[in-house]
Amino acid sequence: MNVAEVVGSTAAIGYGLAAIGPGIGVGLIFAAYIQSTARQPESARITQPFMWIGFAVVEVLALLGIAFGIVWQATAPS
Amino acid sequence: MTGQTIVLADTPFPPTVDDFFPPSILPWGGDGQWFTKITLLLWLSVAILILYFLLSYRKPQLVPTKKQWLAESIYGFVRNNIAVDMLGTKNGVRFAPYLTSLFCFIFLMNLWGIIPYFQISPNSHIAFPIVLAVITYVMFIYVGLKRHGLGYFKQALILPAPWFIQPILIPIEFFSTFIVRPFSLAVRLFANMFAGHMLLLVFTLGGFAMIDANALLAPVSLISWAMTVALTFLDFAVIALQAYVFTVLTASYLQGSLAEGH
Repeated sequence: MNVAEVVGSTAAIGYGLAAIGPGIGVGLIFAAYIQSTARQPESARITQPFMWIGFAVVEVLALLGIAFGIVWQATAPS
Repeated sequence: MTGQTIVLADTPFPPTVDDFFPPSILPWGGDGQWFTKITLLLWLSVAILILYFLLSYRKPQLVPTKKQWLAESIYGFVRNNIAVDMLGTKNGVRFAPYLTSLFCFIFLMNLWGIIPYFQISPNSHIAFPIVLAVITYVMFIYVGLKRHGLGYFKQALILPAPWFIQPILIPIEFFSTFIVRPFSLAVRLFANMFAGHMLLLVFTLGGFAMIDANALLAPVSLISWAMTVALTFLDFAVIALQAYVFTVLTASYLQGSLAEGH
């Protein structure tokens, strides 16, 4: 007798775990930018491109999770 | 546009990758043909961009008209805030036309993802981001080789560090500059557009699935559709951001290629 049954792919859980790191990373990047802008408002324009570059580099980790989920879909036991 | 009308209520709930492959458009018709909505949107984007910039610069005036003002602001934004800021005045102005085209093209291609009736971005097929990333990749290597000759590879791979760390550092630098860069550029754009479309699908189709499952769930499906509207606005932010990020990263790679040695 099945008391409780969960159906679906474990990939969803895996992706949830994979998103923790980039989530923290992106938070740190924006926190650092806000802090530096609050301390030195005139540096806001100079540091802005670097913030976006850092954001993009960290964000790609979460996005790799999406991409590899599809790439390895066929081989993963569901 | 026969064959394009998909009844959302009949689409099975958990959306799959198959939902990213719309059927061909008549008169070429039939599955497996080449002329799909994606092709149409690509052609539309190219046509709109060429026509828009040609028409708004046809009779340039000292006091710009509305159309000219908008085109000039877009070009001015990319030139001053991205190209000149990152590459310096001389090189910035040199690369500004390409960076502007890149920015506008990616922005327009992404924008199809939230325009009603179209609502899929061609960039959610990885082929398009790959081509854009390859152009950037070839360009920054070519510019580096032209600027420094073969010394470019020495400059890119060998950083000022103690000699005993070099055996680790050089492979890492090679991996990050020549393998990860184009790969991450392509995957970033693709995955953002893919995830955006998938989110909209999940909440739209989820609403229908809940209404079909149980009449008591109907209020929840209204919440689901309200989320779709909210997520469309979020998607717009992502669209603009990804166009900007792709352009900034291209400029930053060019900056690395043009920089003087350490």
